[in-house]
Amino acid sequence: MLQSFYKLQQVVKMGEIWSFVEVGPEGIEAVSLEIIGKAAELGDQSNMRTAAVLTGWGMEKIVKEVSRYPVDRVYYVEHGELAFYDPAKHANALHQLVEKEKPEIVLFGATYNGVDIAARLAIRAEAGLIAHVTYLGIDPSDGRLVGHVPGFGGGIVAVCKCRPGVLQIATVRPGVFERPIPTGHEAEIHRFSPKLHPTNGWRIVERRVAKVVDITRAEKVVVAGMGTGGELSLAKTLAQKLGAQLAVTRPLADLGLAPRDVQVGSTGVSLRSNIALILGVSGASHFVSGIRDVKTVISINIDRNAPIFQFSDYCVEADLFKLVPKIIEEFEKEGA
Amino acid sequence: MEIVVCVKVVPKVEQVRLDPITKTVDRTSAENELNDADKNAVEAALQLKDRYGSRVTVLSMGPLFFEPLLKLCVAMGADDAILLSDKAFAGADTYATSYVLAQAIKRLRPDIILCGESTSDSGTAQVPPQIAEWLGYPNISYVSHISIEDRVVVAKRTVKGGYEVVKVPLPVVMSVELGSNTPRFPDFKRKRWAEREFKITIWTANDLELDLNLTGKTGSKTEVIELHPIAPPQRLRKFLEGSEEEKARAIIKIIRESKG
Ligand SMILES: Cc1cc2nc3c(=O)[nH]c(=O)nc-3n(C[C@H](O)[C@H](O)[C@H](O)COP(=O)(O)OP(=O)(O)OC[C@H]3O[C@@H](n4cnc5c(N)ncnc54)[C@H](O)[C@@H]3O)c2cc1C
Repeated sequence: MLQSFYKLQQVVKMGEIWSFVEVGPEGIEAVSLEIIGKAAELGDQSNMRTAAVLTGWGMEKIVKEVSRYPVDRVYYVEHGELAFYDPAKHANALHQLVEKEKPEIVLFGATYNGVDIAARLAIRAEAGLIAHVTYLGIDPSDGRLVGHVPGFGGGIVAVCKCRPGVLQIATVRPGVFERPIPTGHEAEIHRFSPKLHPTNGWRIVERRVAKVVDITRAEKVVVAGMGTGGELSLAKTLAQKLGAQLAVTRPLADLGLAPRDVQVGSTGVSLRSNIALILGVSGASHFVSGIRDVKTVISINIDRNAPIFQFSDYCVEADLFKLVPKIIEEFEKEGA
Repeated sequence: MEIVVCVKVVPKVEQVRLDPITKTVDRTSAENELNDADKNAVEAALQLKDRYGSRVTVLSMGPLFFEPLLKLCVAMGADDAILLSDKAFAGADTYATSYVLAQAIKRLRPDIILCGESTSDSGTAQVPPQIAEWLGYPNISYVSHISIEDRVVVAKRTVKGGYEVVKVPLPVVMSVELGSNTPRFPDFKRKRWAEREFKITIWTANDLELDLNLTGKTGSKTEVIELHPIAPPQRLRKFLEGSEEEKARAIIKIIRESKG
């Protein structure tokens, strides 16, 4: 008797953790999978159910694909008004499902759109919102979500929780958590039709996007800074020879010389590569927070006192315009 | 056309220290500055003023020491500056902050609300869309270019891998992308006038229609349990010496041996 009661307790899962899934031109966003993976882990630890949530229109194939990842169910919030991005509409639709299903936790990727929807949902649902976290856990003592939020350019981390009793929302920095592998079976899909009125609000009249290289998972990365003078061809050639991805510092992205998506740092992405070869970068705190998880950092800088050397394993005082061609030459000599 | 720009004063990131004992941010050791992205928002507003003859009001919530930096915005060309300052607003998270800002904006009834994309101290990027939600307005985030045609905003916003152009009728809340323009320097005469004669309007809780259960620490839906310094990872900091060839070969060797 006691034993079966115990069993029952274990089976009855308490509350739900949701992962808001975004879809880009290349399919499911990587960070959406990363939060699904994290939610599965948190769900196991804390005996909560997990669900993936999508808002949109005509997404049958993607919804099916999502159902193969480790989630207990998939909610598909479906409406013609959701065919295009409009943060207010998507937040409204999602809020209607939140009202109905009352999840404990909703996770979002901290993406250009995810941040908008999460923020608007938090106001509608009177929820707590922990932003841009790099760590998530459940405090076993009170069952509350714990998020770590790096602040002040990444030098300080704030350990945050939501107030007891409110819906807990977190946005997660891309590239921090591991992507899960599909489970081999399909989770149940629940459709939900929100009530939405057509508005003449948001309209996207033009859109240009190129395929994005995800440098957060690259094994080797060459990072070009302003020391290159904005001349990226040398760094590109080097990256190609080494089989590395090319990344940049913020000023180069500001100048439009490389897309924001390959900018390293507190307002860009974090690298987790084995090697980062860093060319002509001074080492500002906004930048170095993005190379914290790199295994081996090699930096080339003409200034022996450049701060970047404090954050490097191997420091090379040299003019990159002289040394980089030498590296390419020596590399070719030795044969790839 | 009325424009409100929401700005925040932040400590210089490079100078911020965490007090090892109290585990609080020691702001006394750091100089304050206008949040970088907010400078871009002010500049974006002033460009709209130059083009369409709008009136620009700078709005901030915070302690009185924000005043000199709000005056800097006026020196740049803003027409007015309002500081929301009250003990009841202190300790606010983004929920409580966006509420107070939204209530002030309701009193001002602008056509366009601009913010910086995020702040350099906490960098949540949540406040602009949250203000919009309180007001029931549309929002466009990470905007790099704005024009207005027949009370419709046409804004270029950065998205993953590129950009999109969005059209929305006024009123609207937009967050301006960091580095999307070059903030102007104030001219000397206007700066002197702003510093000596211009008076910032201070609004306390009494000047706004507020539910005090939603403001400050009381109104916040999140809490900071503690602050930790992030220890930089241990690095070898080994200088490679020798001729260019030797350095090049040493670098290649390190890369080759680092596999896996
Ligand atoms: C809110 C905010 C957020 C930010 N976020 C980011 C971010 O996410 N990522 C980021 O990178 N920055 C960010 N920044 C900017 C950051 O503060 C620095 O300004 C930036 O990182 C500097 O880029 P850099 O090192 O390429 O250029 P610089 O600081 O100009 O450094 C160039 C370096 O190149 C060296 N050099 C010059 N010539 C040569 C040569 N011939 N050979 C070798 N070395 C040479 C110089 O000695 C110098 O050290 C942010 C700033 C703010 C205010």
